[in-house]
Amino acid sequence: MAAPLSRSMFGSLNTCYRCSSKPNKGLKFVRNIYFQTANYQRETFETPSSTKDAEKETHFGFQSVAEEEKEHKVYEVFENVASSYDVMNDAMSAGIHRLWKDAFVEKFSPSPGTKLLDVAGGTGDIAFRFLKYVGTPTFGHPGDDFQMPRDVTAQVYLDPAEASSSSSSSSSDEENGHKSEQAKDGNYATQPDTMGNHVTVCDINQAMLDVGKKRAKALGYTTGLSWVRGNAECLPLPDSSFDAYTIAFGIRNCTHVQEVLNDAYRLLKPGGRFMCLEFSEVKNPLLRSAYDTYSFQVIPVMGQLIAGDWKSYQYLVESIRQFPNQEDFAAMIKSAGFRMVTFQNLTFGVAAIHSGYKI
Amino acid sequence: MVRGLLLCSRRIFSCGSSQTASLVPLRSVTSSPLLLSAPSPRPSEGVKERDSNRSRIAQCQNGLYPGHITTTASQKILLTFNSAYSCLTDPARDDMVAVFGETSGSMALRHMRRKMLADPVGRQILQDQPVINTRTVDINHLGTLPEGTFGKEYWHFLQDNNFSPDARRSVKYVDDLDLMYVMLRYRQVHDLVHVLLEMPPNMLGEVLVKWFEGVQTGLPMCYTTALLWPYIRLGPKDRAKYHHMYLRWAVRSGSTAMFLMNVYFEKHWETNLAELRRELNVEPAPVPLRKRKERPEE
Repeated sequence: MAAPLSRSMFGSLNTCYRCSSKPNKGLKFVRNIYFQTANYQRETFETPSSTKDAEKETHFGFQSVAEEEKEHKVYEVFENVASSYDVMNDAMSAGIHRLWKDAFVEKFSPSPGTKLLDVAGGTGDIAFRFLKYVGTPTFGHPGDDFQMPRDVTAQVYLDPAEASSSSSSSSSDEENGHKSEQAKDGNYATQPDTMGNHVTVCDINQAMLDVGKKRAKALGYTTGLSWVRGNAECLPLPDSSFDAYTIAFGIRNCTHVQEVLNDAYRLLKPGGRFMCLEFSEVKNPLLRSAYDTYSFQVIPVMGQLIAGDWKSYQYLVESIRQFPNQEDFAAMIKSAGFRMVTFQNLTFGVAAIHSGYKI
Repeated sequence: MVRGLLLCSRRIFSCGSSQTASLVPLRSVTSSPLLLSAPSPRPSEGVKERDSNRSRIAQCQNGLYPGHITTTASQKILLTFNSAYSCLTDPARDDMVAVFGETSGSMALRHMRRKMLADPVGRQILQDQPVINTRTVDINHLGTLPEGTFGKEYWHFLQDNNFSPDARRSVKYVDDLDLMYVMLRYRQVHDLVHVLLEMPPNMLGEVLVKWFEGVQTGLPMCYTTALLWPYIRLGPKDRAKYHHMYLRWAVRSGSTAMFLMNVYFEKHWETNLAELRRELNVEPAPVPLRKRKERPEE
């Protein structure tokens, strides 16, 4: 049974149900010369040896950083890129990322009534495709003076008066419950639509969620959509509450990938499906060298020209190389407890869809 | 003839490497205020010591100086052409102007550096490597100076247009420490040239300052933007003024004035502006471009 959306789900973003014994520490803000602001004279840069010795290290692109720092640095990357994220995706992949995401949702083929958790899905690409696939109605353009579901062949037609009163009553329920959290960052939650479809979009970065919320408003989705800010390694959501868990192009940015997989296992209902769309290894050596040349020579240049940010896109292409390949990642998914783990390559291995079930 | 051969050989060698032998021994760049790192070795040791300094500096991740992004030749070419296109067509992209200047300016920067080394004040600037930002210049003090002084005019320029000296973009794509400083100095002097020429930072003023700087420095970015902006971004009235009078003045002024990169502006805050212009042989505009805010005292 799906847990109803309630106040307890949004209790505290600092601790999650699983790791309430170890709340998130306050993140140290470490200014590192890897990310320079425009006025570099103001920077004081730390020599590399000072922070490394006592702490465990992980990779940040091709750099080595303390584990504590990585989360914050990734946060900064996505804060910098959020406003131009969609434009850059289109530019870098010549629009192919849309085909990948379409293939992903086709492979997923959600049935009506699915409760989906879309993690690292800030700008909402997968969430909106899901809602379109299951047929969640959108209630018209902002300029319309009448309200009707866009798809008139939908099996369910909601009387606009009913729809607005139900959404307002549900939102008032939510708002009375946790107005303070909503007022702070504007992350709202809504009820599932009439067929029972619902998607919860989670992201660690509020800027990305804000872009997604704007898009949702433009597309007209008023039910079946919730926004939560949280860390994928321990999300503030109850166990066994989702039918499906998707994460598209987000898992390689997480500091501890295995913990994300373990948390996915926790959050899924028995029988639930885990799906991951991520950049992977191109097996063919010729294609791989062409892909590498394009990644390292052209993408950061595009980042500078379009988004004004070389370093973030340098990090993004380096993080792709640091992520495990298809087989290794499938093994990690298996070790989290998922079964029937399969993967499918897209575009010769540039991206791959991994799928597993909690059975 | 021997001297000619020596000069040629020096030029050949200097084109190849970025470590041009300087005419006088300079204090090592590692002790410049810009790089908070190793102490400076003795200046008489020449190229070898430069190498070891560079390896120490290269402890900076990814480059020679904070903010340095190493780029290959093909990346530089891509950046040059695309940033040129962006800065010509999109008015809001001042970072594209900066990128275009850096990626296309290596020859011009070397020429500027040579001119600075040939002048005693220029050499002093290259040694001290002064920067103009809110930490090194007391903006409030500039506001207390009497009207008509260079510092007070600069203060007015910043106040009227809501600028801050900190907002100058840092250098990213220059692969040499000294040339990086020359580029940085050029950017900082840009604002001061606005003050000297009394050009407001609107489109026409920017075009004229770019002409002046293009003639003085030879940077391709200056020439390209100065040539093309009037036809892309100026309205018909401004373009008429430009063609009729201001273009000729800007080019003339630029070619007769002293090389402004060799001027230690930080020492002239209290000099009267008109006097400074006379000293530097900068010809003021025949008809001043109206500034945005009229000042009652003048």
